[in-house]
Amino acid sequence: MSTASASDVPLSEATTSLQRSASFTRLKESGIRSLLFLCAALSILTTLGIIAVLFSNAIYDVSPRQVGRDGEVRPNEAFFQQVSVTEFVTETRWTPGYTEKHFGIMPLVCGTLMISGIAALIGLPIGLCSAIYLSEYAAPRTRAIVKPVLEILAGIPTVVYGYFALVFVTPYVLRPIFQDMLGFDVGVFNAASAGIVVGIMIIPMISSLSEDVLRSVPRSLREAAYALGSTRVDVSTRVVVPAALSGIIASFLLAISRAIGETMAVTIAAGQTAIVTADPLGSVATMTSYIVNVSKGDAVIGSIEEKSIYAVGLTLFLMTLVMNIISQFVLRRFREVYN
Amino acid sequence: MNSSPTVVTANDNAQNEEPRVDVTSTDAAAATPEESGEASVRTSRPVVAESAITDASHAVKVRAKNVDFFYGTNQVLFDVSLDIPEKSVTALIGPSGCGKSTFLRTLNRMNDIIEGTRHTGDILLEGTDVYDPSIDVVLLRKRVGMVFQKSTPFPKSIFDNIAYGPKVAGLKNKAKLAEIVETSLQRAALWDEVKDRLNSSAMALSGGQQQRLCIARTLATDPDVILMDEPASALDPKSTARVEDLIFELKKNYTIVIVTHNMQQAARVSQQTAFFFQGVLVETGDTHSLFTNPTEKQTEDYITGRFG
Ligand SMILES: Nc1ncnc2c1ncn2[C@@H]1O[C@H](COP(=O)(O)OP(=O)(O)OP(=O)(O)O)[C@@H](O)[C@H]1O
Ligand SMILES: [Mg+2]
Repeated sequence: MSTASASDVPLSEATTSLQRSASFTRLKESGIRSLLFLCAALSILTTLGIIAVLFSNAIYDVSPRQVGRDGEVRPNEAFFQQVSVTEFVTETRWTPGYTEKHFGIMPLVCGTLMISGIAALIGLPIGLCSAIYLSEYAAPRTRAIVKPVLEILAGIPTVVYGYFALVFVTPYVLRPIFQDMLGFDVGVFNAASAGIVVGIMIIPMISSLSEDVLRSVPRSLREAAYALGSTRVDVSTRVVVPAALSGIIASFLLAISRAIGETMAVTIAAGQTAIVTADPLGSVATMTSYIVNVSKGDAVIGSIEEKSIYAVGLTLFLMTLVMNIISQFVLRRFREVYN
Repeated sequence: MNSSPTVVTANDNAQNEEPRVDVTSTDAAAATPEESGEASVRTSRPVVAESAITDASHAVKVRAKNVDFFYGTNQVLFDVSLDIPEKSVTALIGPSGCGKSTFLRTLNRMNDIIEGTRHTGDILLEGTDVYDPSIDVVLLRKRVGMVFQKSTPFPKSIFDNIAYGPKVAGLKNKAKLAEIVETSLQRAALWDEVKDRLNSSAMALSGGQQQRLCIARTLATDPDVILMDEPASALDPKSTARVEDLIFELKKNYTIVIVTHNMQQAARVSQQTAFFFQGVLVETGDTHSLFTNPTEKQTEDYITGRFG
């Protein structure tokens, strides 16, 4: 009896089939799955495409040689096949449109950094303060009003900001203060007005990202601080903000990379003078505004001037990429603290 | 010791730390179960047992008088009256959701920071109504400190955690801060374990160490009363024992109110015990007699585990 093997025991009869059936539901299921995958893949493919275009035009041309109707071989070389990286990085003049061409990215980087710097000066403190207000102070009803208003600010087309800088900030804010009172020269196009409106533009982004991280600071931490005799200001500035610091910094970095990439407002308000300067009241050119101006101008396709926008674009891409990577890294560190 | 709005009760002499508090339940009011207006599900309303402190060495530090408490329209405390004797441990016990934490948090007005809460009745700290509009709640919370169930170290260094309270109170002197940090950690029996790494993050401490850090942090604000809401419930037995030893030590100098789900713990550390049930303070008494000889049926059912 004890030796009875498993085979001696009869198996119960199958009552329902467990066989896969190729039903319509199953087809639909896999169809939806593929569709979703395609959507996700599309954005990756787009990014790869952009990188390929930048690479081919800026670093190494991979397209086949083109021969014109007259039998002439078109110059078919990427930007850095014609201009050395050393010149690009060290030269201080940027004059692709002139007969004497110089390709030093420095003036454009300088203009971009100046405007981003001014934008950061305006946007970071105001954005952070509104985040603190929304997360620590505002009653739910106030929040329900302030948040949508900030979101509207984020939805205004950037071209509107550009004209706002041109027709309001410069004549009614900068001129009265810097020109009439302090005696500086304020140009029609200037970095300051562009920086200010870009600063306003990034406020909603900073405030909503920072508010999220402030809110994710556990309530228990705030209670502990209150129980130690903190005022509300103590709780926000000494406990909540420090606890959320890396998240806040990450939101700053994202906002700054948005400011660096900002195009329309800057093109309209900052002018088109590619020089290395420290004067925020004069006109500057940024990387983005240069790209816009070449694309809407009459640069010959395939010319070095046309190729230069890809080199500038690549630089821009690398700068914002680095900022985004840093901020992702910082944000991840923040999450680790509380999980 | 106490500086702020001074008060009546303080009877100065006979301050020798006597572990025993004599608490006698006056079951006088037992005859008249008061009726209240609110729609309560319960059919009969248990009677509030008032404790009378007779031992002159333990004056009443905190007195709750007829406290009702509401979250919005939801009433969770019903006419709670309790005297908390100074320099002793009072344990609050009762099933989950019966209002122990809520009651504890009315004592240092922590409930103020929750929207839509409301109370009636009085909380007197040394005779002063802590809800009086003239009271500075920040000063109140410095004198009535609180330790939470979940340890809540700030993501700062150990030193900065302890120094936090004195710093927000305006103390800037480095030497004085260092001194406070050291004595607080010593009193919380944590000094020896962390004295070599005061500048490393408090988040890196073990759970038990974190909880003692939180106690030390509370001590650093120099409170008279310490409220503890299940301070050891998240700790292993060994850490729990350490925290209990600590509570036993601390009661020499501080008035302690502790919420606990652990009957043995209440019996071990407290001199007075208050049993809450569905928002009502059912019975208060000297811990020993409450556990050995409860007067109310509900208390008996709860402490013997026959509770439904
Ligand atoms: N923030 C709040 N908002 C609304 N209701 C609450 C809030 N906190 C507690 N309550 C309610 O008040 C009642 C008492 O809760 P309380 O936390 O005081 O109970 P407790 O005795 O401490 O329970 P436990 O032993 O589980 O900690 C419960 O019914 C609870 O749902
Ligand atoms: Mg509780």
